[in-house]
Amino acid sequence: MTAVASSAARTDTDATPLIRVENVVKHFAVGSGLIGHAVVHAVDGVDLVVNTGETLGLVGESGCGKSTLGRVIVQLQPATSGHVYFKDVDLTRTRGEKLRRLRQQMQMIFQDPYASLNPRMAVGDIIGEPLHNFGLARGREANKRVQDVMRVCGLNPGFINRYPHEFSGGQRQRIGIARALVLNPSFIVADEPVSALDVSIQAQIVNLMEDLQDRFHLTFLFIAHDLSVVHHMSDRIAVMYLGKIVELGSTAAVRDKPLHPYTKVLQSSVPIPDPDLESSRHPILLTGEIPSPVNPPSACRFHTRCPIAQPICSEVEPPLESNSDGHLAACHFPGKL
Amino acid sequence: MTAVDGISFNIDRGERVGIVGESGSGKTMTALSLLRLVPEPGRITKGRILFGERDVVHMTDEEIREYRGADVAMIFQDPMTSLNPVLRVGFQIEEAMAAHRRFTRRQAQERVVPIMKRVRIPAAAQRIRDYPHQFSGGMRQRVMIAMGLSNEPSLLIADEPTTALDVTVQASIIELLRDLSREMGAAVILITHNLSVIASLCDRVIVMYAGRIVEEGPTRAIFKSPQHPYTWSLLRSLPRLDEREHEKLISISGLPPDLSNLPPGCKFHPRCRFRIDRCFKEEPELENVGPGQDARCWVLMRNVTEPEAVKS
Repeated sequence: MTAVASSAARTDTDATPLIRVENVVKHFAVGSGLIGHAVVHAVDGVDLVVNTGETLGLVGESGCGKSTLGRVIVQLQPATSGHVYFKDVDLTRTRGEKLRRLRQQMQMIFQDPYASLNPRMAVGDIIGEPLHNFGLARGREANKRVQDVMRVCGLNPGFINRYPHEFSGGQRQRIGIARALVLNPSFIVADEPVSALDVSIQAQIVNLMEDLQDRFHLTFLFIAHDLSVVHHMSDRIAVMYLGKIVELGSTAAVRDKPLHPYTKVLQSSVPIPDPDLESSRHPILLTGEIPSPVNPPSACRFHTRCPIAQPICSEVEPPLESNSDGHLAACHFPGKL
Repeated sequence: MTAVDGISFNIDRGERVGIVGESGSGKTMTALSLLRLVPEPGRITKGRILFGERDVVHMTDEEIREYRGADVAMIFQDPMTSLNPVLRVGFQIEEAMAAHRRFTRRQAQERVVPIMKRVRIPAAAQRIRDYPHQFSGGMRQRVMIAMGLSNEPSLLIADEPTTALDVTVQASIIELLRDLSREMGAAVILITHNLSVIASLCDRVIVMYAGRIVEEGPTRAIFKSPQHPYTWSLLRSLPRLDEREHEKLISISGLPPDLSNLPPGCKFHPRCRFRIDRCFKEEPELENVGPGQDARCWVLMRNVTEPEAVKS
């Protein structure tokens, strides 16, 4: 496929929602004392749509709740409240065998290729386990499917009997991707899939994920803290801060015209590998620390660190609303920083 | 195993130099050698490390103790494991000074708050009594920088100082290092895998691969006209925030080499898309390729037409 055709394919999403997240809340209870226990507001009222065939990038700093949101979407963790719809089926209300069947279509790729593979299992068994779990294939047929997927992911199918420690970090991440693909899913949550890898290997995995998306019409939720990778991979971007989506829009709109001050701060903080550009760029430095999700600030959660905060920001919570063409921001003064 | 093989470079007073490379490239070993801190059973088997006129390799134990920390300070990736969790932060900074007797105990005590202010720790006077766990990751790294700078060293080595930090915090630490090196005239060696961070901080770049310097030069030259295929490919493998059109990243096929089993010839040739026959057999020397720029390559990127079209 030529570069032009592939970039056209990337924007050619038919905008039918595959995943719909409605007012999802995820709280964790921490500790226990006489007065009761503290509650971590990891995800606090998120609405989000992932369209069929697109890559939605979810970006934010550590502790913002992006990984928790990804896990709640694929039901690895139950939501405290709210709904997650997969093709109009409410996953939060689905149990047992029906949920198990739906899970085939939703897979996850994890950050750490060292921790997410069982060191005592041969690679073929790791990749083939989902087939076994769902009773889809066994024996020679399963082996064939595993080897096909290995080939697609750039792994030598002859290595089917090797163990994870015999592979490098980048190859292990390919194993994790192969395991996610073996069931032919339509939706994949990739949680920081390249951040543990060496620079020269990151591009291999990014390119592989793009190829697989074109080839198998996959829909991705791509979770990362690295704004540059998210920009590169995504059709649309959601920016998260302290459990809430603060901005959501097409990659071009968010890149060229960030509306939320936090998005702007993030962008200005990311260095660009160009010394001439860098000498004229200055990061907008935030004062203070990221507040605790146990006791998040009132109203707009960014107001304690926002360079342009006004009294209203600590009093009235700004809704995530559209400013133009589906470009949403939760700010009383969008685009003013 | 040879982790670092025949490295030569100079750092000028007040200069900021970035050493970039992937895991196993030898960048951290190079930095540890400068402090003679190569972990056992590793040894510096050959070469000289001159600090001014003095050779670090042949310093007595007494001399090296004084040199470490007072002349050259080092800060590490993970500030939590470098700080003592049961001692107050202010006391730890004071100890770093007491260890070198450049200041009296009284002077050292009095310097703690100004140093913490200098690294922009807010409410420094109150925070000297806090313990490391009461500091955030970014603030802990500031404490490490404060300790490093407390004896006014002429060289600060920072080994992946921002890798464990969030991007907004990373930006503030990089700004701090830049300001401090200007204010205090200290040279900085920044060791990182992140080329973008080097672009924003360093005057000069050293690119390492398989224990060797493969390219070296002024930051601008390295980023604008890299001559070694490894440097060239690394720069094009990075997604950029300022990219307008979606272009496929250039990936470097294969893996970094196993240091105990290096290939013959140029150590990068198994992964190089521009290799010629000679690269398989003979290892090139680091040779001058432009003003202040050296590269270790038989081909050189300026001799490749349309490098993007060359398939790996």
